[in-house]
Amino acid sequence: MEHLIIARSLFGTTMAVHIIFATIGVGLPMMILTAELLYQKTKDIDYSIMAKRWTKAFAIILGVSIPTGTIAGLQITLLWPGFMKVIGTVMALPFQIEIYAFFLEALFMSIYVYAADRISPWMRNVSLLFVALGGLASAVLITNVHAFEGTPAGFDIKNGKIVNVDPWAAFFNPSFGINAIHVAVSAYIVGGFIVAMVAAYKMLKSESGTIVYKFHQKALMVSLIVGGLFSLFTALSGHETAQSLYKYQPEKLAGAEGLFKTQAYAPLTIGGYTDVKTESVKWGIEVPWALSFLAGNRFDTVVKGLNDFPQKYWPPLFIHTLFNAMVGIGMFLLFIAVFGFFWKKILKRDLFPKWLLWVYVACGPLSILGIEFGWIFACTGRQPWTIYRKLSTADSVTTAGNLGILFILFVAIYIVLAVTAILVLLYYFKRNPVLEDINRTEQKNV
Amino acid sequence: MDVYLAITILWGFVFIYSIMGTMDFGAGFWSMLYINRTKTKATNIANRYLSPTWEVTNTFIVALVVAIYSLFPKAAFTLGTILLIPGSMILLLLSVRSAFLVFSHIAEGYKKPLTYISGICGILIPGLLISVLPITHGNFVAFSNGRPQLKLASLFSSMNEYAFFMFAISSTLFLSSLLLADYSKASNEKDAYNTYRRDALIMGPISLITAILIIITLKSEGRWIYDKMMQNFPLLILSVFFFIAGFVGLLVPSFKPGYQGMPRLSVIAATLQYMIASYVYGYAHLPYIIYPEVTIHSSFTDPNSFRAVFVTYIVGFTMLFPGFIYFWSLFMNDKRYLRKKTKVDN
Ligand code: HDD
Ligand code: HEM
Ligand code: HEM
Repeated sequence: MEHLIIARSLFGTTMAVHIIFATIGVGLPMMILTAELLYQKTKDIDYSIMAKRWTKAFAIILGVSIPTGTIAGLQITLLWPGFMKVIGTVMALPFQIEIYAFFLEALFMSIYVYAADRISPWMRNVSLLFVALGGLASAVLITNVHAFEGTPAGFDIKNGKIVNVDPWAAFFNPSFGINAIHVAVSAYIVGGFIVAMVAAYKMLKSESGTIVYKFHQKALMVSLIVGGLFSLFTALSGHETAQSLYKYQPEKLAGAEGLFKTQAYAPLTIGGYTDVKTESVKWGIEVPWALSFLAGNRFDTVVKGLNDFPQKYWPPLFIHTLFNAMVGIGMFLLFIAVFGFFWKKILKRDLFPKWLLWVYVACGPLSILGIEFGWIFACTGRQPWTIYRKLSTADSVTTAGNLGILFILFVAIYIVLAVTAILVLLYYFKRNPVLEDINRTEQKNV
Repeated sequence: MDVYLAITILWGFVFIYSIMGTMDFGAGFWSMLYINRTKTKATNIANRYLSPTWEVTNTFIVALVVAIYSLFPKAAFTLGTILLIPGSMILLLLSVRSAFLVFSHIAEGYKKPLTYISGICGILIPGLLISVLPITHGNFVAFSNGRPQLKLASLFSSMNEYAFFMFAISSTLFLSSLLLADYSKASNEKDAYNTYRRDALIMGPISLITAILIIITLKSEGRWIYDKMMQNFPLLILSVFFFIAGFVGLLVPSFKPGYQGMPRLSVIAATLQYMIASYVYGYAHLPYIIYPEVTIHSSFTDPNSFRAVFVTYIVGFTMLFPGFIYFWSLFMNDKRYLRKKTKVDN
C-alpha cells in the first residue's frame, strides 16, 4: 500500500509541476498573438513591444515545460506500466498525434524566435499561430487521455485480455469534447491573468501617468478582457463538464457535492467539509434544489448519492473542497475582470486604486490554483481507478521498488527548476526594463 | 507482416534520434569546452546550431517512447518496469540539461556556470540512454514469477555495459564535431573549423575502438547477438569502410581556398557508417525486444490500433514535412543565418 501511495504522490507532484508551466505555455502564446494582432490593427508600437517581451518570458517557461513534460511522458510508463499497456493497445492515438503537435510548436517556436529578422511579418504571425495551435493541440490531446480514463470506450476486457479494440471509438470517447474545451478555455484564463498579475505589479511600482505606467495599463486592459471572457466560457463549459459527470461518473459528482442520499430536488452545498459520520456537509451553505437543476436542467432530476455505491469505490471526500475552490476562483476571476473593465471603460477612471491592483496581482496565482484544484479534483476523484471501472490504480502501478528515493530526487529537481526559472525571469526583466525597449523602438522609428 | 513494419518504424526512430541526439548533446558539450576561447568562435558555432534545434531533437525522444508503447505495449510494460531507475536518472539529467541550456542563453551574467552544468549533464545522457541496449540482451533482467526485475549491481559490473557507455560518449563527440566542422565551414569560421576538424580526427578512432570493444565484450556477455551479428560480417566491414571514407574526407584538400577537408562528405559517410552498423545490430536483435522473454510477436499491439497509428504516421509526417524543410532552409542552409557576425545566441 505504502508503495502505491508513493507512486501516486510522485506522479501527482510531477503533474502538478508540469501543469503550471504547461498551462502558461498554452495561454501565453494566445496573449502574444493577441498583442501582435492588436499591433497590426492599431499600429501602436506598445503592443509589438508587449509581444516581444512576452515571447521572452514564454521561452523561459518552455525551458521548464518541455523537460517536465518529457518527465511526465516517460514517467507515466515507468510508474504505471499496467496502465500504459492498456493505453498503448487501445488509446495510442492521442499520444501519437500529440507528437505532431509538439513538433509543430517546436519548429515554429524556433522559427519565430531565431529567424524573426529574416522572415516577413506575415510569416511571423503564421509562425506564432502555429505555436499557439501546437500548444492548444498538446493540451487537448493529452486531455483526451484523461477523458478516456473517466469514460473509457472502444474496448472490452475479457479474462484479462483486451478485445474488440476500436481505436477511434476510444479517441472519441464520450467526455473528450467537453473536457477538452474546459481545459482549453481555462488555460486562456491563466494566460490572461498571469499577464494581468505582472502588469498590475508594475503599475504599483511606477509613477502613475508615466509612459511605463500607461504601457502596463494597456497590457492590463488586454489581459482583463481576455481573462474575463474566458472566465465566462470556463464557467459555461464547467457546467457541461459537471453534467457529464452526472451522466458517466455519478460517484465523482456525489463526492464533489458531498451528497450521500440519492434524491430528486437535491440541494447544492457551497463550502464546508464533508463529514462521513453524519453523512452531511458541515458548515456549508445549502441552496435548495440547485444541484438537481445543475445536473439535469430540471428540479426533479434524481441525483445519485454516495450511499448507492460500495464504500470502497468512493472517491476521497475532500474533493468537495477542491471542487468548490475551483468554482469559487472561476466566479471571482470573472467578477473582478468585469469590475476592472467597468472602472476603466464605463466609469472612465484613469487610474486604478492600489488595492485593486493588489487584487490583480493575486489573480495570477489564483488562476494557477484554479487549474491545480481542478486537476487534483479530476485525478484524485477518479480513485480507486486509473480507467473507470476497468482498471484499478493498484493494478496499474509498477512492481519495481525504491520509489521513495526517486520521489525525493524528483522533488528536489522540481524545486531547482522552478526556483531557477523564476530567478532567470526576474534577472532578465530587471536587465531589460520596458522603458529601454520603448526608447529603443522609438529611436529605430525616427 | 505488420510486426515487421512496426519494428522498422521503431528502428527508424531510434536511428534518427541517436543521430540527432548525439549532435545535440555533443554540441552542448563543445559549447561548454570552448566557452573561454572567445576568439575561435567555436562556442558560438555550437550555440548557433543548438539554439533552434534542441527542442525539435527533444521531441524525437518523446516520439520514440510513444512509438514503443503504441507499437509494442507489452514490451513497454516490461521495459517500464525494469527501466525505472536508469530511466529516472536519464530524466533527471535531461531536465536539468534542457532547462539550464535555455537559461544560459537568457541570463547572460550566469552564462558560464549554467553552460557548465548543462554541458556535463548532457554528455552523460547518451551513455545512460545506450545502456538500454545491453539491458535488453537479457543478462541483467531476472523474471521471478513473471515479474521482471533489473539487476543493477551486475549491470554496473559488466564490461559490456561500460563498452556501450564509452561508445555512446565517444560517438557523440565524434559525430557532433564532424557536424560542427561542416557547419563552421559553411559559416566561414576558419578557426572554429580547424578546432572541430581536429576534434573529429581525434574522436573518430576512439569511437571505432570502443565499437570494437563492444563486439569483443558481446562475445562473452551476449553470445546470441554476437553470433547473429557475425552472420552479417560483410556489412560490418562496409561500415568500417565508410568510417575510413569519413576520416579521409577530413584529410583531402578542399575546393574552398584555405581549408583542408570536405566535412560534408565526412558527415554523410559517418551517418552511413552508423546506419549500417545499427542495421546489423538491430537485425541480430530480432525477434527479441528483451532476450529471451519478450519478442516483437508476443508484444505487438492490437492490429486495429496499429493500422490507426500507422495512418497517423503517414498523415502527420506528410503534413509536417514542409515545416521540417522550411526549418532546415532557415537554420542549416541560410547563409544569412550561418554567417551572422553579430551575436545571435539569445
Ligand atoms: C482556472 C481554472 C478553472 C476554473 C476557473 C474552473 N475550472 Fe473546472 N477544471 C479545470 C479548471 C478550472 C481544469 C484544471 O482544467 C479541469 C481538470 C480536469 C479537466 O478536464 O479540467 C477542471 C475540471 C472540472 C470538472 C471535473 C471534470 C472531470 O473530472 O473529468 C468539473 C465538473 C468542473 N471542472 C466544473 C467547473 C465549474 C462548474 C466551474 C465554474 C466556474 C469551473 N470548473 C471553473
Ligand atoms: C491530462 C493529463 C493527465 C493524465 C492523462 C493523467 C493521468 C493520471 C494517471 C494515469 C494517474 C495515476 C493513476 C491514478 O491515480 O489514477 C494520475 C494520478 C494523479 N494525477 Fe493525473 N493526469 C493528468 C493530469 C494531471 C494534472 C495536470 C494534475 C495536476 C495537479 C494531476 C494530478 C494527479 C494526481 C494528484 C494524481 C494522484 C492521484 C491520487 O492518487 O490521488 N494529473 N493521473
Ligand atoms: C492538461 C494537462 C497538460 C497540458 C495542458 C500540457 C501541455 C503541454 C505543453 C504546452 C507542452 C509544451 C509543448 C512544446 O512546446 O513542445 C507540454 C510538453 C510536454 N508534455 Fe504536457 N501537458 C499536460 C499534461 C501532460 C501529461 C499528462 C503528459 C504525459 C503523460 C504530458 C507530456 C508532455 C511531454 C512529453 C512534453 C514534452 C514535449 C516536447 O518534448 O516537446 N503532458 N505539455
